[in-house]
Amino acid sequence: MSAQRTTRITLAKGLNMGLRRAMEDDPKVLVMGEDVGKLGGVFRITDGLQKDFGEDRVIDSPLAESGIVGTAVGMALRGYRPVVEIQFDGFVYPAYDQIVCQVAKMCYRSKGRTPMPMVIRIPFGGGIGAVEHHSESPEAQFAHTPGLKVVACSNPVDGYWMIQQAIASDDPVVFLEPKRQYHADKADLDETTTPEPLFASRVVRRGTDATVVAYGPTVKTAMRAAEAAATEGQSLEVVDLRTLSPLDLDPVYDSVRRTGRLVVCHEAHVNLGMGAEVAARVAEECFYSLEAPVLRVGGFDTPYPASRIEEDFLPDLDRVLDAVDRSLAY
Amino acid sequence: MSLTNEELLEMQRRMVRIRRFDERASKMVKRGQIPGTVHTSIGQEAQVVGACMALGDDDYMSGNHRSHGHPIGKGSPLGPLMAELVGKSGGVCGGKGGSLHLADFAVGSLGESGIVGSSIPIATGAALSSKVLGNGKVSLAFFGDGAANQGCLYEAMNLAGVWQLPVVFLCENNQYALSTPAHTVTSGVIADRAAGFGMPGVRVEDGQDAMAVYDAVSTAVERARAGDGPTLVEVVTYRYNEHSEGLRLGTDYRNADERTQWLERDPIVLFRRHLVETGVATDEEMDALEAEVLDEVEQAFQFSQDSPFPDPEVAFRDLYTEPIGVTS
Repeated sequence: MSAQRTTRITLAKGLNMGLRRAMEDDPKVLVMGEDVGKLGGVFRITDGLQKDFGEDRVIDSPLAESGIVGTAVGMALRGYRPVVEIQFDGFVYPAYDQIVCQVAKMCYRSKGRTPMPMVIRIPFGGGIGAVEHHSESPEAQFAHTPGLKVVACSNPVDGYWMIQQAIASDDPVVFLEPKRQYHADKADLDETTTPEPLFASRVVRRGTDATVVAYGPTVKTAMRAAEAAATEGQSLEVVDLRTLSPLDLDPVYDSVRRTGRLVVCHEAHVNLGMGAEVAARVAEECFYSLEAPVLRVGGFDTPYPASRIEEDFLPDLDRVLDAVDRSLAY
Repeated sequence: MSLTNEELLEMQRRMVRIRRFDERASKMVKRGQIPGTVHTSIGQEAQVVGACMALGDDDYMSGNHRSHGHPIGKGSPLGPLMAELVGKSGGVCGGKGGSLHLADFAVGSLGESGIVGSSIPIATGAALSSKVLGNGKVSLAFFGDGAANQGCLYEAMNLAGVWQLPVVFLCENNQYALSTPAHTVTSGVIADRAAGFGMPGVRVEDGQDAMAVYDAVSTAVERARAGDGPTLVEVVTYRYNEHSEGLRLGTDYRNADERTQWLERDPIVLFRRHLVETGVATDEEMDALEAEVLDEVEQAFQFSQDSPFPDPEVAFRDLYTEPIGVTS
């Protein structure tokens, strides 16, 4: 065991370091995507990788998402572990056929003969002053597809570990990165520690009055809401889901059995979003513990709006606290 | 590029296998022995086998919904293919692929797919792996005239062209996408589209001539193996049967004269005549070969009947390599 080594990193740096380590550990790991090589990606997540690992392992592809993901399927079939970068969330739709009809089903329809060890990285969510196609949250569409695993990181340390764990998985993982957090906050990474399992939720703040479930960019929103609520004497517990498929809701059930109240928060549209699934399962498992209906806070059921009004669209501190108040007042 | 007598006979054997296998499958659909439907390659045997014989045993191929001919053309045994059609556990995909996905990975299949055009980028990816590994393996993507108008073909051709990948894009132009005549929805000549990607485009006008297909595809395969990049080969052919077995469209979208003309140039009859006329085999030997194939198909049928149905539990397996709880 090497000595403790702490580095202060952003999410972008954590992902970059994680990718680098995965490529060092396994020569079968490849990175593919638009502008990922020489440029290092528009968000610089793959910065420096092509210089160090060469053009055969960090591949600048044409602007053709279906071609990129389909080619990665062919590489995965031949024993590689491709990591595909989709430049922005909304750009994933041209590749939707490949992801849903090939990536998700290859292992199943071949009766396990052809695993699909690939990662599809998608910077997701809004808050960067962009418009639709650049600010969307398509996670429910992939979590709704059996055969895919879907995870969302929320902080720099998770970014470092989760990307490596996703790459090591023999199953295809849709890996969601909250783009507005890429360069927002720093955290201390100790590379010598043992990470938690990839497909596990985590309680990130203990509380007693109500539970707030979030993932990706809204974890920070939920934490800020909990801090604000504390000043008014409300104690909120916050759970970072981390994995959206499979869902790991045991920590949520435990929490709701103690607090009796649940608010689910995500940027994606509320209608048929992840919050609906969480609410349904909590109703099944914790019916007699609930003191109030499960409430959802999310994007409105419209296309992602123009940037000047995106702050109204995104769930913020006030909307989370309002939902908490409604739950407590029920 | 010239084939030995043994290989020429193997070419005919595989064509006859496809014909008899699919004739049997068609009957099985009508008798309710196969659930759903199947898409036969009857009439397209020369185009399928001519291309497959130009590949080495280790080379890769990807196909489409008309998926029976490809593995047979590449040399798959018939029993597990037939069992797959019936949905049995002895099927080549354990009964989980079905007629549209007769993917025999043992003969270089990269999976077959019912989504038209969808497997073309996958074959291109396998070619990229060959290039990175430098293992000399060639990848061939089968697709129809319908898929020729799918965007992903051009994404894949661009990738293959710019990276000089060892891939052959093989368009099986049987002239109809279900009921739609290709000429009514296709601008220009498919093979000519290769020029836009800086690669050779070859059109085999007589796709019922197995040697013509073999020669064209062999040239493309040699080019790919030498590191000179991809080729688009368009083969004009004809399916005798309906788009899928049992389909009743209630409209005659193909005229009778056209069908008669194509039936007169049956690829199996033509190649048999060629083999006999060139002294490769006698008529008696060809009769014997056809009898052997009939026997193979009978045995495959028997295998499909003897193989047990999968346990219903199997539906919940193989979704992932690391299982998660699948909710019912």
